[in-house]
Amino acid sequence: MREAVKGRKMEDKIVFCRGGGCTAKLGPQVLSRVLRQLPKKKDENLLIGYDSSDDAAVYRLTEDLAIVQTLDFFPPMVEDPYVFGQIAAANALSDIYAMGGDVKTALNIVCFPETMDLNILGRILLGGSEKVQEAGGVLAGGHSIADDSVKYGLSVTGVIHPDRVFANVGCEEGDVLLLTKPLGVGIVCTAARLHEESPEAMKLAVRSMSTLNKYASEIVRKYRVHGCTDVTGFGFLVHLSEMLGENWNAEVWADAVPFIPECEDYVEEFYLTAAGQRNRNHVEKMVEFCGVSFAMEEILYDPQTSGGLLVSLPEADAKAALEEIRTLGLPCGIVGRVKKREQVGEEEKRILVFSRGMGS
Amino acid sequence: MMIVNALGKACPLPVIEAKKALEQAGAHEVIEVWVDNEIAVQNLTKMAKHKGLEVTDEKVADREYHVKIDAGEKKETDKIEDTTGQGLSQEGADHSEPLCQECSGAGKVVVIASDCMGSGDDVLGKLLMKGFLFALTQQEVLPQTILLYNGGAKWSCEGSAALEDLKSMEEQGVEILTCGTCLNHYGLSEKLAVGSVTNMYEIAEKMLGARLLVRP
Repeated sequence: MREAVKGRKMEDKIVFCRGGGCTAKLGPQVLSRVLRQLPKKKDENLLIGYDSSDDAAVYRLTEDLAIVQTLDFFPPMVEDPYVFGQIAAANALSDIYAMGGDVKTALNIVCFPETMDLNILGRILLGGSEKVQEAGGVLAGGHSIADDSVKYGLSVTGVIHPDRVFANVGCEEGDVLLLTKPLGVGIVCTAARLHEESPEAMKLAVRSMSTLNKYASEIVRKYRVHGCTDVTGFGFLVHLSEMLGENWNAEVWADAVPFIPECEDYVEEFYLTAAGQRNRNHVEKMVEFCGVSFAMEEILYDPQTSGGLLVSLPEADAKAALEEIRTLGLPCGIVGRVKKREQVGEEEKRILVFSRGMGS
Repeated sequence: MMIVNALGKACPLPVIEAKKALEQAGAHEVIEVWVDNEIAVQNLTKMAKHKGLEVTDEKVADREYHVKIDAGEKKETDKIEDTTGQGLSQEGADHSEPLCQECSGAGKVVVIASDCMGSGDDVLGKLLMKGFLFALTQQEVLPQTILLYNGGAKWSCEGSAALEDLKSMEEQGVEILTCGTCLNHYGLSEKLAVGSVTNMYEIAEKMLGARLLVRP
């Protein structure tokens, strides 16, 4: 094992990986400030646009058919180009699944240095195309530009019935929160950049990131889903705050949150990203931690690449769905509960994170 | 004073370099870290505060911030762990506890850290641990607390061969605490069948507060 690790370090000289994935996103605060200023055109067929900070756009074509559109691309977060291709594709495809849609076509988005070995690009595209195929979609083209660093992703089009769109803002009385993948992949990738990752942690992170949310999405569709989003660069807590909208608060059970176990140690070594801190800045005013470790705080703010689905649904449905999602083989869990927002205040804490302790 | 120039470096490098400098610093030596963005200042502040160190920052130019961290007491070296438990029991004796240590379970903490007892053969190890938990129920004086973590967490869950023994001890007032992180890790969060879930803070607290720590 040690030999294998050494061998990999030798190859690093290409500087393929400079800390990418969703840690490379622009901060949520900056972004919303810019987007607010754009002129908006009304179109009643645009069921979901960017004003609700949703995962993908949904446009109604006919009474029973809408298209779901999304695109996502980023710099490598792992050093193996093939694995990077798989993860970037799984991440881009995920937005379709977060809306409850099915993937139809995908286009490659490529930035690649002219001087770099084209075989690397070949491996990236192979990994990506395999994921599109697994998703049941077809690769229909793409666009590439020469750039000084590698970036890859997909523009994806899917279809959905206009009445069965999972909005990412939406909760109802009695809903609990289901999370379908472990948190902490951002922290593990940061540890990996410093060559401090354990093979086990990296293996779980890669398996999690390259797993399509197709399977979880198809499972939860069988239940009464009120809100659904995929947890990506803004981390669990920012995505949760978006899901709660103006009318709901939440409690999060820290001891039920699935995460990659080694992350606790990595946080204690301060393998922390700038993106994680930006996420903290964005929502810390509305979050209260009660007896929760520093490591868990960081895990809940950790930017995820190709993270799991976060679903708001009735407790009985969530329990049944969880049983099915467990069979996918990744750590997952029912991580909290939504509560009606009673009062609106300046310093209001809207997300309370604590350990249940009594195992209730 | 030590200067760490982390200008032009992306997180987490400024924090990692500052942490290394702090490890080398003398007591109350000040580490000054130069960074070029505010997020790095915040991450450095977060690290210092988490370590209980004093920290201040100053914006000295458009893209230059100086973060000063006081290295503190540097008392890590005095905290050498006493693995025999002797130190802990002496410390316990300093408290004016009226109870006789020999005949009371108070302050006795049993740590079940694995599904096996001893090493050599896992099948045997599991049998031994089951035997130990049963033998524990037969003692005149029961421990105050049983902590279960890592592989040990499996003993308090559905399907465990020692469930009845743990339940009987719980009925007699023994506090049974299982690590929540571990339950999660093994996918057993919904399967806990005795006692309650705990976290690392409580585990550390119980262990440090123990008069006698027993780890089979």
